[in-house]
Amino acid sequence: MLSRVADNLYWMSRYLERAEHTARVMGVQLNLMLEQDPRTSDRRWLRTLAALGHSAPAAADAITEHPDPFALARNHALRQVTGGIASARENARQVREQISSEMWEHLNRLFHEVKRIEAAGVWTRQPLDFVSVILESSHLFQGVTDSTMNHGEGWQFIQVGRFIERASATARLLDLYFREFRESLREAMDSGVHMEWIGLLRSCTAFEAYCKVYTADLRPERVAEFLLLNAEFPHSVRFAADSVQRSLDAINEVASSKRSARVAKMAGRLRAGLIFTPLEEIVASLSEFFADIQKQCARIHSAIYEVYITYPIEAAIEA
Amino acid sequence: MATPGLDELRLNSDPFSNYLLDSAYDEMFHGDRRPRPHYQALHELLLGLPAGEMRRKKQAADASFLNQGITFTVYGREEATERIFPHDLLPRIITSAEWETIERGLAQRITALNLFLKDIYNEGRCLAAGIVPREMIYSCKHFRRQMRGFAAPKGIYVSVMGTDLVRLPDGRFVVLEDNLRVPSGVSYMLTSRQVMKRTFPELFQRTDVRPIDHYAEALLSTLRALAPEGRPEPNIVLLTPGVYNSAYFEHTFLARQMGIELVEGRDLVVHDNVLYMRTTTGLRRVDVIYRRVDDDFIDPLAFRSDSILGVAGLFNAYRAGNVTLANALGTGVADDKALYAYVPKLIRYFLSEDPILDNVETYLLTEPAERRHVLAHLDQYVVKAVGESGGYGMLIGPHSTAEQREEFRVRIEADPRNYIAQPTLMLSRAPCFFDGRVEPRHVDLRPYILCGDKVTIVPGGLTRVALRTGSLVVNSSQGGGSKDTWVLQ
Repeated sequence: MLSRVADNLYWMSRYLERAEHTARVMGVQLNLMLEQDPRTSDRRWLRTLAALGHSAPAAADAITEHPDPFALARNHALRQVTGGIASARENARQVREQISSEMWEHLNRLFHEVKRIEAAGVWTRQPLDFVSVILESSHLFQGVTDSTMNHGEGWQFIQVGRFIERASATARLLDLYFREFRESLREAMDSGVHMEWIGLLRSCTAFEAYCKVYTADLRPERVAEFLLLNAEFPHSVRFAADSVQRSLDAINEVASSKRSARVAKMAGRLRAGLIFTPLEEIVASLSEFFADIQKQCARIHSAIYEVYITYPIEAAIEA
Repeated sequence: MATPGLDELRLNSDPFSNYLLDSAYDEMFHGDRRPRPHYQALHELLLGLPAGEMRRKKQAADASFLNQGITFTVYGREEATERIFPHDLLPRIITSAEWETIERGLAQRITALNLFLKDIYNEGRCLAAGIVPREMIYSCKHFRRQMRGFAAPKGIYVSVMGTDLVRLPDGRFVVLEDNLRVPSGVSYMLTSRQVMKRTFPELFQRTDVRPIDHYAEALLSTLRALAPEGRPEPNIVLLTPGVYNSAYFEHTFLARQMGIELVEGRDLVVHDNVLYMRTTTGLRRVDVIYRRVDDDFIDPLAFRSDSILGVAGLFNAYRAGNVTLANALGTGVADDKALYAYVPKLIRYFLSEDPILDNVETYLLTEPAERRHVLAHLDQYVVKAVGESGGYGMLIGPHSTAEQREEFRVRIEADPRNYIAQPTLMLSRAPCFFDGRVEPRHVDLRPYILCGDKVTIVPGGLTRVALRTGSLVVNSSQGGGSKDTWVLQ
């Protein structure tokens, strides 16, 4: 497969995952905002901005710099969603002969639909409607992809893109929550904080799945355990790491060089960390652990580029 | 009040009531309004079909084009816009006897042009013999001196040619121009046939139409025949300028039909004069490029240094014989519109045969006598810039304003080499379907000629239609459309 094609497929999927994640986080926060103390509102939106990768610092003292964090977060999220979908479509457009026509048609339709409802001002008036369009379409697209495209090398790159983005974004979200609500690890939580933890679970579509495992009894370390280490839940970091490794192994089988084996090993290391680090150790240094996951994801991303996409010619000639 | 019956009545009474017949050759009717024998079946069908049914067929065909994303990009507006290719439902029908002449004529033409290109880039015999003036070649902006002394593999410079034919009032097909660089449009020929089969199955059954579906296969074997020596399983790719090119749909279509990779310049890299493409499993050698990128942009080291569409070092790899480009570089010199006037002479010189298909009478404005004559009668001639294509840079005398003529007069006098003039041709007309009525419109015909081990021409081509009443310009960039072309058994 051409490197450029792999690149396009990887980013198509990654951008779409990012749009979906952004939409879901915004949906949850908008919901929480409705029934909460307006005084905490600014903190909420600064936190959300940080979770969505905006450079605004999450600290309360930044409020003076950002007079209206809500508006800022809302605009940032809209740009990230619409921009993500436009970029996903642009990537798909360049590899139209590689993906199924059903995939292209679905993505193309979503792009035009988002442009239409954005122009109609739905994001300001009915943001939750907007969010549900994005979430539904993204889920549908994944279904269409899985059931109409060859599960060959290209499909594996799509998987890698989606799950690297997911692992990294989930770790970032967890980090911000645990920093802000760290004290509730020890103390009994009040109802407001309780709602925030439900919000975190919902941001990963995890509330129902969590309840099935642990009942509705919310404890922060259980939330951490579930979102980090559960092997069966598709939005957990562990599940994402499993998927990344599986796909990179499959790609490595085709390529089978020393260099490609190195990438697969890096994914294996991420996964091993999640399987074998004892929970107590993770809880003892949560922030470092989350940061490490994000760092490893970034490293895997760079390694994929070095080995499969922008490798130097000399390396390829010698091999 | 709704009157659903009215439309039906209109078509049934006489769909041909507005059908204009004059001095132009009509593809369907004799001068006395009798349908020609090969159009009989279509004529009967049109008389018998209710208008509603025809409209339904038209809508179904349009939807089919849209869903397949068969679009092209129009430049020159505020932003380039993507449109479906305008398409007319009624097929243009050509008899087997007519096709046989066209086929022989085109095979003769591509053979002569390949010999000519080989000659001017090597020995230059035809220049020494005075068949073509030297300055005509060296002043052509598509002449590539970098190709001097290099013989293209098997002497095939042009492996894909699209020649535009028109039919004169006396019924003869003549050559209007050749496209020897990167002719496009073949995907419309192929997809419109697929759509027509779905739209008019009954007509296909009653008419013996020769198939064209083997085009992609023929193109692939043409390209395979050009692979460098010692590469029995050549890796063939299609090089596209990318997603913003107006013919991008065609590039993806052909790549898919042939089962070859669609590559862009940034996918390719040259090392030690060997061309590779970057794949996820490392570099893979490329043997033949079906290139849809113009000469100028193909290699920033050899041609335009600001090109980002090409591959640095590709030209050296080509000259070293490690990769074949189809078409070769520098073929544009043979479709220069001034050189066109010499093609009949070239056929006689290289093949010692008389040309089977005639040229259109052409005035070279470098000749003082011819220039004086044309400038005095600009309102009767079509003036074309020699290096342009796609209907750009053209003056149609009878439809021009005094200012436009004046503008061209100044331009011609400043640079006579850059223009030629031809009499305004009365192109033949073919029936087209317009909302319940059938009306004639001017058409041309572009068959696609392939030349590898042998010359292959799939029976048919792209019939282009000037959809506006009275218009003579059929280019898709100028509001033209297309029709399916049926060659009978």
